Amino acid sequence: MGWLLKKIFLGVLDMSIFHRIIPKFWHYQENTTVNLKNIGPFEYKPMLNFKRIWKAAIFLIIIVAIIPLISMSYIDYKATQKAVESEFIFQISRLVSNTRRSVSFFFAEHKSALDFTAHNTTFSELNNYKQLAIILDNLEKSFGGFADLGIIDSHGNQKTYVGYHNLKGRDYSKQPWFNEITSTGNYISDVFKGFRDIPHIVVAIKRNLPNDSFFVLRAAIDIKRFNKMLSQLQMSGAGDAFIINNKGILQTPTKDHGKILEKISIPVPEYSSKTQVIKQIDSNGEHLLIGYAYITETPFILMIVKREEKLMKLWHNARKGPILFLAISIIIILFVTLGVTTYLVNQMYLADLRRIRNLHYVEYSNKMASIGRLAAGVAHEINNPLAIINEKAGLINDLFTFQKKYANDPKLAGIVNAIISSVDRCGLITKRLLNFARNDIVRIKTVNIKETINEALAFQEKEAEYKCIIVTLDIPDDIPSIKSDWGKLQQIFLNLISNAIASMENGGNFVIKVIKQDNSLAVMFIDNGCGIPLEDLGHIFEPFFSTKTQQGGTGLGLSITYGLVREIGGSVTVESQIGKGSTFTVFLPLV
Amino acid sequence: MIKGDRMRILLVDDEEELVSTLAERLFFRNIKADWVTSPDDALELAKNNRYDLALLDVKMPKINGFELKKKLTEQHPNMKFIFLTGHGLDKDYPIDISEAEVFNYLAKPCNIDNLIKTITNVLSSNKG
Repeated sequence: MGWLLKKIFLGVLDMSIFHRIIPKFWHYQENTTVNLKNIGPFEYKPMLNFKRIWKAAIFLIIIVAIIPLISMSYIDYKATQKAVESEFIFQISRLVSNTRRSVSFFFAEHKSALDFTAHNTTFSELNNYKQLAIILDNLEKSFGGFADLGIIDSHGNQKTYVGYHNLKGRDYSKQPWFNEITSTGNYISDVFKGFRDIPHIVVAIKRNLPNDSFFVLRAAIDIKRFNKMLSQLQMSGAGDAFIINNKGILQTPTKDHGKILEKISIPVPEYSSKTQVIKQIDSNGEHLLIGYAYITETPFILMIVKREEKLMKLWHNARKGPILFLAISIIIILFVTLGVTTYLVNQMYLADLRRIRNLHYVEYSNKMASIGRLAAGVAHEINNPLAIINEKAGLINDLFTFQKKYANDPKLAGIVNAIISSVDRCGLITKRLLNFARNDIVRIKTVNIKETINEALAFQEKEAEYKCIIVTLDIPDDIPSIKSDWGKLQQIFLNLISNAIASMENGGNFVIKVIKQDNSLAVMFIDNGCGIPLEDLGHIFEPFFSTKTQQGGTGLGLSITYGLVREIGGSVTVESQIGKGSTFTVFLPLV
Repeated sequence: MIKGDRMRILLVDDEEELVSTLAERLFFRNIKADWVTSPDDALELAKNNRYDLALLDVKMPKINGFELKKKLTEQHPNMKFIFLTGHGLDKDYPIDISEAEVFNYLAKPCNIDNLIKTITNVLSSNKG
């Protein structure tokens, strides 16, 4: 299962689409740390490593979700495999036991038949060819399989023989089986192929005679009856039932373990009095389940061999369903994990961005408010002495006018007038400062756009003058007043105007144009400054995006402008061409 | 304002140089103006004199121009007021105007002609 996981995971990473759907936070650290260096008192240290959180979350979820799933499946797989295997072993064991009983019975039956014949019939009767032929005929009719019958005396000479061969007078005294029967009293031979190529076994029993002598009744038995019985056993798993002797020579035909009378390819299992099932690997590397039983009082071993792989095939087929289910589950878990984690981490990232932006917005607002308070304080304090100067100079003027005392000195009168006009100028400056100070108070009121633009422009008048920038106002008189937050509006205009003037070389052209649209006013700030590269155009309203970080820019000006425009329900767009200039358009709702 | 009579004005500002000069300049323009530099003195002076109008500085030590206005109104319900402020001229000056009174403001420094105009306006429009 491991390779599958790996494949899916690598597959997901390698997919070209992944590069397209790569979440925003992925390259977050690299990009932001650079830009965040110059932002003043708020030394931003990234609180969260989103890539690491993402990786850790994926890793943990996979560990807690998939590992138990795979473990359970594996344990279940092994347990069922074992259960199924022992079921098969039990089946084989039972089959071997049953078959062994039948086979044993076959031998016992034929031996008993011979035994009965030997005891029920006198030696002289058996020694009579005709009588023996009748007995053979009867045995064949009653039990079947008897191919020939012979009497051998205690010296090993075939005395009488009924059957296909002419074996009469043959001497068996030197043969091992004759020695065996002399001592044990009975004998069952290995299978041999006799006349007509039919496999036979020889069954012989010894009958003691009163004169301390004995004779042997020997019969060849056709074993096709139990061959048939063995071959007809219904077996699954390419099962093969056969009999070998204790030297490993096949006694019955097999399906695929060799021909009769050949040596079997698998080793002869060791002796056991009970039915046994063993596992073995054959020369082809196939796993075999071998059930065997030694058939008592015979040299035979009954074997039932099944191929494990074939046996388990059915079970394996049945397992395909759960395995497929497991695989699909894992794929779903992986995709859901990836999707959900990516989504959540991205949300975290966005929240963090918002947090930083708000932090800086608060910082900016505080700064503006402080500047405002300072300006207001200064302006107010200056206004008082200014008022005194104004009145004193006015009084001198009055003295000229009303008392005619010093009226004949035109130079003095000029000086007084100069003082008064300078006081007027100072008064204008302090008024402007006081207006600016009131920006932190949120109030919706009727705003005259032209006035507001003029007021904002007044702050940059000198700067524009130094750079010889021609400022043109194109504001039709029928532009209606709007209800808006005057302070915010002034900050927006101030920011855009100062940006425009900063972007222009000496002798530039700056146009401020207002166009009335269906339900909004479009205030356009058109400069012919340096312009903004196309690749930056999509980012200029993002916080901390600045190309002037080296020169102390915070990258916050436009993002704050954007935020302010959004707050008063408007929108801001930008068009720019490198070298030709930029146009910022603020759309203000009319309603 | 009683016709034919010289109008009388009370100037209150903690800057003596300002009010004294202003009083002198108004005198040239046929307006009799008394000046004081503290609200307490203003109340004291108003007890014994009748003024058509008071020109008050908004920001003064102890009590501000609006509070002084209330106290003066208690003594002279028909008295008119103009406020002088160093805070710049703004119609929406963010000081609580809970009684929905329309005040007349003048920003410091102010032009004497503007002041005369405002005085005339206040006295004529709010007659009675």
